[in-house]
Amino acid sequence: MKSVGPMVRQAALQALLCLAAVMLAPSLACADSILEPVGPVGRGDAIILLDAVVIMLAIVVPTIMVTLAFAWWFRASNTRAVYRPNFTYSGRIELIVWSIPTLTIFLLGGVIWIGSHRLDPFEPLPSTAKPLEIDAVTFDWKWLFIYPEQRIASVNRLVVPVGRPLHFRITSASVFNVFFVPSFGCMIYAMNGMVSQLNLQADKPGKYLGLSAHFSGDGFSDMRFDPIAVPAAQFADWAAGVKGAPLDRAAVGVLLKQSRAVAPYTYRGVDPALFDAIASQKLPPGEGPQSGRGAPGTQNAMSRGRAP
Amino acid sequence: MLGKLTWDAIPFDQPIPLISGAVVILAALGVLVWVIAKGWLPYLWKEWITSVDHKHIGIMYVLLGLLMLVRGFIDAIMMRAQQALAFHAQGYLPPEHYDQVFSAHGTIMVLFAAMPLVIGIMNFVVPLQLGVRDVAFPTLNSVSFWLTATGALLVNMSLIVGEFARTGWLPYPPLSELRYSPGVGVDYYLWAVQISGVGTLLTGINFVTTILKMRAPGMTYFRMPMFCWTALASCLLILAAFPVLTATLAMLTLDRYLGFHFFTNEAGGNAMMFMNLIWAWGHPEVYILVLPAFGIYSEVISTFSGKPLFGYRSMVAATLFICIVSFCVWLHHFFTMGAGGDVNAVFGIATSIIAVGTGVKMYNWLFTMYGGRIRFTTPMLWSLGFMTTFITGGMTGVLLAVPPADFLLHNSMFLVAHFHHVIVGGVVFAVLAGITYWWPKAFGYRLEEFWGKAAFWFALAGFYVTFVPLYVVGILGMTRRLQHYDVAEWRPWLMISAAGILVLIAGAICQMVQLSVSFLRRNELRDTTGDPWDGRSLEWATASPPPVFNFAVLPQVQDAEAFWDVKRRAREMHGSGSEPHYEALEMPRNSPTGFVCAFFATIIGFALVWHIWWLMIVGLVGAYATFVVFAWRDVPEYVIPAEEVARLDRANRIARQEAPYGASAI
Repeated sequence: MKSVGPMVRQAALQALLCLAAVMLAPSLACADSILEPVGPVGRGDAIILLDAVVIMLAIVVPTIMVTLAFAWWFRASNTRAVYRPNFTYSGRIELIVWSIPTLTIFLLGGVIWIGSHRLDPFEPLPSTAKPLEIDAVTFDWKWLFIYPEQRIASVNRLVVPVGRPLHFRITSASVFNVFFVPSFGCMIYAMNGMVSQLNLQADKPGKYLGLSAHFSGDGFSDMRFDPIAVPAAQFADWAAGVKGAPLDRAAVGVLLKQSRAVAPYTYRGVDPALFDAIASQKLPPGEGPQSGRGAPGTQNAMSRGRAP
Repeated sequence: MLGKLTWDAIPFDQPIPLISGAVVILAALGVLVWVIAKGWLPYLWKEWITSVDHKHIGIMYVLLGLLMLVRGFIDAIMMRAQQALAFHAQGYLPPEHYDQVFSAHGTIMVLFAAMPLVIGIMNFVVPLQLGVRDVAFPTLNSVSFWLTATGALLVNMSLIVGEFARTGWLPYPPLSELRYSPGVGVDYYLWAVQISGVGTLLTGINFVTTILKMRAPGMTYFRMPMFCWTALASCLLILAAFPVLTATLAMLTLDRYLGFHFFTNEAGGNAMMFMNLIWAWGHPEVYILVLPAFGIYSEVISTFSGKPLFGYRSMVAATLFICIVSFCVWLHHFFTMGAGGDVNAVFGIATSIIAVGTGVKMYNWLFTMYGGRIRFTTPMLWSLGFMTTFITGGMTGVLLAVPPADFLLHNSMFLVAHFHHVIVGGVVFAVLAGITYWWPKAFGYRLEEFWGKAAFWFALAGFYVTFVPLYVVGILGMTRRLQHYDVAEWRPWLMISAAGILVLIAGAICQMVQLSVSFLRRNELRDTTGDPWDGRSLEWATASPPPVFNFAVLPQVQDAEAFWDVKRRAREMHGSGSEPHYEALEMPRNSPTGFVCAFFATIIGFALVWHIWWLMIVGLVGAYATFVVFAWRDVPEYVIPAEEVARLDRANRIARQEAPYGASAI
């Protein structure tokens, strides 16, 4: 009997996802979509989303239909409609009118309460495997992913093993950003002087869409990264084979300068204290631009150039 | 001498702002020259610029709002065009410019289009509906308007002198701090919003006082028209929320000007505090806009259904319920900061509870139509368009209030689609309904129906074609404010959305044609009775346009639907009774205080943006001197003799008695 619950849920999820896919468009089928997640977190979020939509549609659709029906039937030219100019109050109707939205919100409130707790991004995933630790740092305008256990780091490319929980610690070295991989699920803020945590898992190999979901300045559109999910063995090979300069304070100093559309590259040999030094503001924050009209000494220096 | 201001402030290297700015300046100069050549300047100065008449101020507010609506709409067209083009390309707007466009679009649409439109309609309608002669503080009202205009002027000035903020319409630090935004853009934002915010706060004080203290004899709270209730709720929210905005922006200003560290990355600053504070204002702000919009729909649906509003007390309760709960939900703007399950759940549930109040309103409008005789005039079409549109917009809003769903949708194009869904479908539709509905009251002639209906259908269709695709790209993971992108799946949807903008442009053109055609045909469309729609509340009991004193004799209110009640009794008595006893009236004198204050406020704002300190002192002294001169005035009011009152009122009484009640209604 134990397995019936999850099976029903799984079936319901699949039905809903199919429905959503059909309702939306054929072009969704091959795209990164929050409704076709590749991990348990994304699935959890998506099912709550669809639950909430269905609960609300159950009252929204009839209300719209009744609105149109009333408006049409009681049109001034319809002589068959009864004119009741004094029908302005009915205790029964008032009771219903307050009850319908209240009951809906009761139901939805339950979904919200349970969902908020079960899918809290800080909560570890229920898995026997030990999570892979990843520390993410946002700079202007690129992502740095540090793999502290492997002592490697990667810019604008996030390689993860399939089927293993991922535990992210996320901070920003300059302005706010949001870490978001639509196919994996849950997003979370990257903020200077603070560490956010996020637990995700990718169940299907592939190259996905990764972006910042919070505007961070002129280079924001290039604040993109490539999340790549690979089988565990391939991940181990990749981690072992990563080449590059060591990531130390001098290297971070380069990252702190603004640059756009940086092609992915890697570091080997990471100072393990670096992430904490950034998160606890022991390193200076991102340098910011030297442009902007009316900025002292830099008039008319609207930088449109791209750093390497 | 000129602080940071140099020739480099003018964007000679950027043709788009330069040319559009030049066109705007030429157009403004052209209008000015025309006005002077026609000799209208003294009339404008006497009747409008220095007017303290709430009706004239209301009309000027609406005019300002419509102008800014067009400006913001042009920004919207530019953004949709950019995103349609910028696939694997840079489009035609570089990020430095595109970022200003979307920041200006949001700021202008919320603070300088929607707010003046809503406050303008409140200004015009509330005193008339309450059956009084003016607001509590008429000169203050003029100051409010002109300060709002100052803010709008500063925002538009940034187009050609310097730059506007490149931070989004809410300048989140640390991006908006000096380190990351060294230009004057954020400063323009800060001073424009601060100065107009003072105006809005004064409006709030003015209308709360007016509604609480100045109703016609017999008009108890539960006899006030629904629009007055929603205006009251909205102004209470203004009183509670705008000081928060002022304080928040003041802290950011201190950071930028005096090296404080409220929100900086360094020295213990906390940018998250800004997020909390700004949304403690920002979320109620949405209800400041939408509550009066609900009021407009209540009036329109009731009038054109030929019925009183269904469940009046229930509506009042729902309004106040929304008014209070809207203060307890701000955190839903950043569930994704990771506040934890308890906090997120509490704010999520609080947010969705607002839907109860809105749902109740929806059903009460529904039952207002039930048993009615519905006339499908333009305002009624806008209202029906609203009822069917807003309900799904509300649904996507509640969806975003569910934290796990928000974890996928936060800051996405889905969110953009949602708030345009409710603001366009809720507030813009209401304003257009309200303008059409009260136009005859303001100008003495109705608006032409054909072009009005065309505008409605184009706007409704254009709205769906523009924003439904944005919901879809949001689901495809597209975040907002992207200047360029390379995801092929987003492209077709963004192209459809751009096509939708074309339909909306057609709607906007129809709306302008409607206004022009109506003006040209104003003699055919003339409303001589003052009651063109078979109205139910007191504004329809006076002439169109109303005399400066609104009511020759203050009406005695005996029912929740004051004017309907009078009409019913008049009908029973075959006439509207004998002529009342006219008395001389005292009305407030016009005053240039508002205009002069705003002139100096503009100087202060501009000087502060560019660090021209001597000019700022000149502005401050001037503004203070204006206030002192006003405070020392000897004769605050002038007298309208009883004969003049009688003469103005008789003309309307005759027209009214000749036309049987309701006969002029279409």
